[in-house]
Amino acid sequence: MNKTINQKAWFFVVPVFVLVAFNAAIPLMTVVNYSFQETFGNNVFAWEGTRWFKQILLSERFHDALGRQIAFTFIILLIQIPLGIGIALTMPKKGWGVPVCLILMSMPLLIPWNVVGAMWNIFALPDIGFLGYSLNAIGFDFNFTQQPGDAWFTTILMDVWHWTSLVVLLSYAGLNSIQPAYYQAAEIDGASRWSTFRYIELPKMKKVLTLAILLRFMDSFMIYTEPFVLTGGGPGNATAFLSIDLVKMALGQFDLGPAAAMSLIYFFIVLLVCWVFYSLMMKNEVKS
Amino acid sequence: MKKYKWLVPTLYIIFLMLPIYWLINMSFKTTTEIINTYSLWPREFTTENYVKIFTDNTWYMGYVNSITYTVFNTLISVAAALPAAYAFSRYKFLGDKHLFFWLLTNRMAPPAVFALPFFQFYSSVNLFDTHIAVALSHCLFNIPLAVWILEGFMSAVPKELDETAYVDGYSFNRFFFKIFIPTIAAGIGITMFFCFMFSWVELLLAKTLTATAAKPIAATMTRTASTSGYELGLLAAAGSLTIIPGAIVIYFVRNYIAKGFAMGRV
Repeated sequence: MNKTINQKAWFFVVPVFVLVAFNAAIPLMTVVNYSFQETFGNNVFAWEGTRWFKQILLSERFHDALGRQIAFTFIILLIQIPLGIGIALTMPKKGWGVPVCLILMSMPLLIPWNVVGAMWNIFALPDIGFLGYSLNAIGFDFNFTQQPGDAWFTTILMDVWHWTSLVVLLSYAGLNSIQPAYYQAAEIDGASRWSTFRYIELPKMKKVLTLAILLRFMDSFMIYTEPFVLTGGGPGNATAFLSIDLVKMALGQFDLGPAAAMSLIYFFIVLLVCWVFYSLMMKNEVKS
Repeated sequence: MKKYKWLVPTLYIIFLMLPIYWLINMSFKTTTEIINTYSLWPREFTTENYVKIFTDNTWYMGYVNSITYTVFNTLISVAAALPAAYAFSRYKFLGDKHLFFWLLTNRMAPPAVFALPFFQFYSSVNLFDTHIAVALSHCLFNIPLAVWILEGFMSAVPKELDETAYVDGYSFNRFFFKIFIPTIAAGIGITMFFCFMFSWVELLLAKTLTATAAKPIAATMTRTASTSGYELGLLAAAGSLTIIPGAIVIYFVRNYIAKGFAMGRV
């Protein structure tokens, strides 16, 4: 669309700008402040320069948490994106099945995150939970509160349960926007199911899929409440992802300096990845 | 193969419903039954857990608080985002692209990063433990989202609509409220749905910014695990009840969800 140049448009943006700046800029400055200083309580501060940044970047604890976080995000993207596309492809396109599918599939998205954690906790408990009990009954030694592997399995399954629907809804919307003429053309050409998918559906879904990956990356990288309620980061530190570790440091041990430095590094990583993604997305948009 | 296509979504929905069923199942059991026996449905059916929630005001006020700040937040976010999204979709102005990306970066900020500074900041302006504090803090991620979705919907409306209205002698305000807003009503509905959703499910900030007066239900729930022993039945009942507002909201926007996803950008 041709946009007109109009500097007065800024007036329209002012309320949003003020509200977000009020919420983002001031707290972010506080974090920046802390990251360069040592606190002694009673508002006494001493300049520390980049000490906290060096400490965090070199600490094993941060490396471990970051490693776990990357592994987790990578695994859930690998499961959720293909699974979401697959389900969207098999969903009914018209009739009573459409609203039923949409409503039931959106359900997990609207449950408060700690309820999701609590629900999965109850569901996976080895003695009284359906999942835990069933797995033990068929011969697996499953106990997510004791064994790190089981804790990972439960956390990933929970996230798949919680968020795959978002990918499904996005892919479904992308598929619905394809004109029937494309399919007719494919049929005339005698295209196989796979090549229809590969050369028609996948390219048409590119935009929504980029968005799905972006959203899933951001949210899984920031995940806090669900694993906190489900496993509390345990057993040991097995599922202590970045946010959990950060909150432990900031509110648990009150190590404000290192926690603030970690926050900034953390934010920077998310920002960098999203910026790369966003640029790619915009480039595609300009091309098409 | 086509014949069995329905199997995939069906199995997926069963997988989605299982934990929810288990939660509801637990909520109708007595504490002794939960602890001592494993059963697929309640043997001694009881509504005691629900009665407790609806008669104890520390419990049901949690719901009132959560709904209050969620509604506040939805209204603030959409009201502020409407003019901004219009500006982004119709005009070029100094720094527009940077501003748009800056807004999005706030959607990317981990709430854990902001928890402590928010607590200090809202305490210092005397808004700690109020509904408005939570509503304002949730603007951090909901306003960028609202601008983003609305901008998508508005850009889909041809600019000729605006121009025709001006030629017909409409003033900007009259055009915006009488013609433009009804045109993108579906988009506004979808935006409100997402704002409601993200404000309703968020807990970290809501919990950090409240103590008693505005405490969300989700935070009240964490109490059962610590102070009064492990009252799983009560926890399950409270959890089951938190699903209802979401289900109602989905029911209202059911016809727009797919369309909204396609046109808007989330």
